[in-house]
Order: sequence, then C-alpha cells, then structure tokens
Amino acid sequence: MRPDVFSPGAVAAKGAISIRNVTKIYDPDGAQVMAVDNCSMDIAPGEVCMIVGPSGCGKTTLLNAIAGFHSITEGEIILDGVQLCGPRQPLATQSADRIVVFQNGALFPWKTLAENVAYGPMVQRRWPKAECMERARTALKEAGLGAVVDKYPGEVSSGMARRAEIVRALINDPKVLLLDEPYRAMDALTKQIMHEALLEMYDRTKVTIYFITHDLEEAIFLGDKVYVMTTRPCRVKKVIDVNLPRPRDYTTLTTEAFRLLVKEADEAVHEEALKAFKAGEREMA
Amino acid sequence: MSAIAHDVHAGGHSPAPRRQPTGFGMLLYRMKKGLGSSTPYLMMLGVAFWIFAYWLLCEGLSLPRFEKIPGPVTLLSDWLSATPQQGTSIYTPDYYQHIWVSCRRIVIAFLLATALGVPLGLLMGWSRKVKDFTFPLFETLRPIPIMAWVPLAILMFAGYETPVIFLATLASFFATTLNTMLGVQSIDESYFRAAGCLGSRKRDVFWNVVVPGAMPYIFTGLQISIGVAWFSLVAAEMVSGDYGLGYLILSSYVNSVTVPMVIGMLTLGFVGWFSSAIVRFVGNRLMQWHVKALAMQGR
Ligand SMILES: Nc1ncnc2c1ncn2[C@@H]1O[C@H](COP(=O)(O)OP(=O)(O)O)[C@@H](O)[C@H]1O
Ligand SMILES: [Mg+2]
Repeated sequence: MRPDVFSPGAVAAKGAISIRNVTKIYDPDGAQVMAVDNCSMDIAPGEVCMIVGPSGCGKTTLLNAIAGFHSITEGEIILDGVQLCGPRQPLATQSADRIVVFQNGALFPWKTLAENVAYGPMVQRRWPKAECMERARTALKEAGLGAVVDKYPGEVSSGMARRAEIVRALINDPKVLLLDEPYRAMDALTKQIMHEALLEMYDRTKVTIYFITHDLEEAIFLGDKVYVMTTRPCRVKKVIDVNLPRPRDYTTLTTEAFRLLVKEADEAVHEEALKAFKAGEREMA
Repeated sequence: MSAIAHDVHAGGHSPAPRRQPTGFGMLLYRMKKGLGSSTPYLMMLGVAFWIFAYWLLCEGLSLPRFEKIPGPVTLLSDWLSATPQQGTSIYTPDYYQHIWVSCRRIVIAFLLATALGVPLGLLMGWSRKVKDFTFPLFETLRPIPIMAWVPLAILMFAGYETPVIFLATLASFFATTLNTMLGVQSIDESYFRAAGCLGSRKRDVFWNVVVPGAMPYIFTGLQISIGVAWFSLVAAEMVSGDYGLGYLILSSYVNSVTVPMVIGMLTLGFVGWFSSAIVRFVGNRLMQWHVKALAMQGR
C-alpha cells in the first residue's frame, strides 16, 4: 500500500489503522473456520473505537492480527501508511507501537508494579535503567497508584492491576492501545472507576484505542465510534458515531442523547445476536 | 501495655493500625500466633503417639518379629551415651564422618544436577527444537531405576566416590529437568504476548518471562530432586562405599548391630528433612512475589 492513497491528513497523524478486506480462516485439524470475512474498517488517529458483536464473531481475531499474535489469510492491515501485514507478510511484527491489554491481565506476577511499568522502556533502551524506574514510579503515581508501586500484582486488587497495566502500555508512547474486554470480570462500581481512569489517561495521551466489549453502555460512554460487528464471519454491520461531548463523566450516563445511542446500538446487536443464535440452532440440528 | 491502652482512651479515637513487625518482633508475633492455633499441639501429639506405638511393639509387648529391633529406650540410651554398647553415638567421631561424607556427596550431586538440569529444562520448555532433539532420549533414560545404573556406574567410574555421586546426580537431574521443562510450559501465553508487545528481544523474554515464570516449578522440582538424590545416594552407598549413612545402615545390619542401623535411618530422616527445608527456604527467598500472592489467597 502506497501512502499517497491516503488522505493527506491521515498520513500526518499518528495511529491511523486501516483494515482492508481482511479475511482470516482458521484451520484447526483440517476443518476450516472462517472467523473474519472480507472485513474493512478505517480508524482515525486518536479515535476511540469500540468493537461490539456476538461472542465468537471474530473480534479477538482482528485484534490478534493487528498485534501480530497471528497471521491473516487475505487482505492487509496498515498503520500510519505502513503495511503491518498483507499478502507477502501475513504475520505482523510485534512492536511497542501497538500494545495489548489482556482480558485476564498480563502484568508479570514476578515483577513489582513499578518494575512492570519500567519493563518496556528498559528492554527498548529508551532511557537508562534508573530513569526507567523513576519514570515508571511517576507514571504510576499520576494514575493514583503511588501507594502500591512496590507491590506485586498478586497483592493488589484487580482494578489496580488493570490500571497499572494500562500505565505499562502508555509509558511506551504507543500509537495504538488494544484492549480485549479488559473490564469484563469487574463489578459495576469498579468498572465505572476504571472508565473514568481510562478517559482521563486518554485525554492526556490521545492514543488510538481499539476496545472490544460486550457492554453497550461502556461502548457508548467511552467511544468516538462504535462498530457493531456481524455474527461469524465477522464484518462491520453498523458504525455508530458517538457525538457526545468530551470530557465525559458519570453525568453523561443519564442524558437523553446517551440513552438514544445505547438503544440504537442495542437494536443492531440484538439482531445479530438473534442471527447467531439461529445459526447455532442450525449447526446443532 | 497500660500506657498504650491509656493513650487510646485519652485520644478518643481508634488506635493507629499496627505496622508489620520486623526481625525479632516478627518472630515473636509468629510464635504467639502459632501457639494460639492447634498445629503445635497436634504435631506433638502425633509424634508422641507414634513413639508410644513404636515402644509398645518393641519393648512394651515385645511382639514376635519385633523383639530383635531396638526400641526407643534402647535406641536413645545408646545414641546419647558416651560409651555406646554397639559402637555408634553422638560421641563417636565415626558417626559424624558418616554424616559428613553423605552430605558432601549430596551437595555435589545436587549442585551438579541443578547446574545441568535447570538450563536444559528451560531450553527444552522454551524451544520446540531443543525439546524434539532431546526428549525421546530423555524419556527413555528417565524411567530406568537408579539401581539398574549401579553396575554401569561401577564400570564407568573408578573408586568409591565418583560412582556414588554419579548415581545421585543422575536421579536428581531427571527430576530437576522434567519439572523445569513443565514449569516453562505452564507459563501463560499472555505473558509471552505481553513481553512481545512491549518490545522484547528473545533474550529479554528468556530472562524476564521464561526464567521467573518457571521458578515455582523449578523449586518444586528441586525439592523432589534433593529427595531422590538422598534416596539414590543411600542405595548406592549400600552397594559400594566405605563411609556414608547408607553404608552405616547396611554394614550395621551385616554385623548384627541393630542400634546403629536404626540410628543411621533416623539420622537420614532428619538430615533429609533439613536439606529440603533449606531448598524451600531459598525458594521462598527468591520468589517473594509467589509467597505474597499465595498469602493473599489465604494459603
Ligand atoms: N486458534 C483458533 N483456531 C481455530 N478457531 C479459532 C481459533 N481462535 C478463534 N477461533 C474461532 O474463530 C471464531 C472467532 O473467534 P474470536 O475472534 O475469539 O471471537 P470473539 O473475540 O469475537 O468472541 C470463533 O468461532 C472461534 O471458535
Ligand atoms: Mg474475544
């Protein structure tokens, strides 16, 4: 893909992801499973892009392709005009410009929170070791985790661990943050605190966010755009523009505009969920 | 005590939360907590029960087939005597010579097995190629009982010392390698992925994910391995040797002195226990993260 195909604005900014006609076929034990079919989407730099869709539709598959955890079968993915993966190189190279925050959390349990956060800059040799640690501590303090910088992940709550994991990602100054249902297992109250913390960190960094979720309110509350995906094989069914003003806080949740958007998303998702359910019935029959 | 109570009331608000005590304070705190639970009493009761049963069988009732075995009274009076009737007690230098020789062999064998087994296990767990290359041979040799190696060891190595150390090392090596390999394989894929995202080179992944991630399994393996090292050492000492606890046990039996035989057995038990305790201690020291995470789960 040549950069001049892009609109000029998109090339200049950081973190524009373009997914072009991507198809992914899994081949477990010889039986082919088409997880993603000819899917295209364009994510603008600094956009918070929320992905919703029925389970098993291929959302994680797309994320893994962007991160370089597995290959794609057809199509290409482009980040800021540079091809990450395509016909000639089906597997993207893993790099700190795209950092994943995992569903079950992947802070290294054998490193303290500060050591975890300092890890990326240290292995990339961004700064001298002592400075990496110093900056890690500062970053954790700014995220409200100053009291637990020297604790191990096993010693802090899951909310704290997840926040620290986002700090660990953002300290590398990535172009894209990829989150795969990061708050799925959390109770509503913790979730709300996590959302506000994420929005606060987003407002400071303006990094492009690819965020998979099941929670429609979460999608509308956090997102600039909500992509509703079809049931497997995965394609974009509908894009909802969330034109709620930023900064948002919990009062946004009670506005009429918010409720209407959630309703719109709900209708689209419900339709797909029904289809997925019927498809499941057919498969079982 | 009263001063503290007074302070609390005078202040009119709740006392400051107690900080975690350190050093001697911690020891006292643990002892107080320990004595408050049933654990120490159950332990003492259990030990007393078994000693009593042992006494009853051998000395109290002296049942048939048991009358030749020294009971606890005979045993202790000889073990602690300056002039033991059967030649071995805490006052005879020979006794310490046996312990020392066995311990030295164990230390050498254990260190050798660890130095070879941990790196090999790490590579086998991490690299598919290394595993494919080594695993068939490893799995063929591993089930061969250590006693079956004895003739080969005597043929291969001269003298008393080397064959015995070789046998103990071999047994220990298999346990360490296998556990280390399983340890690497047990590491959650997401840690490797996270490390990849954060810009790690292969070397960084090895030192920051593979090694620490396998550590809990490695130390479980080392505890097993020091156990099997003792096991095979004693077996080897019984076959070939001039000193060592295994030698003491067998030669006492051959010379029909049963008290040193039982002294040798119990000494083995204590020394073996002590050696695994050291391994456990070192493991906990190196893996504070693991200890703390378990503590948070209430274990
Ligand atoms: N490694 C794999 N091998 C075979 N099939 C897979 C694999 N990973 C995912 N799939 C299948 O691909 C589909 C999409 O999976 P996934 O991307 O994880 O869905 P989502 O994240 O949207 O819930 C599912 O039907 C799943 O069964
Ligand atoms: Mg998923």
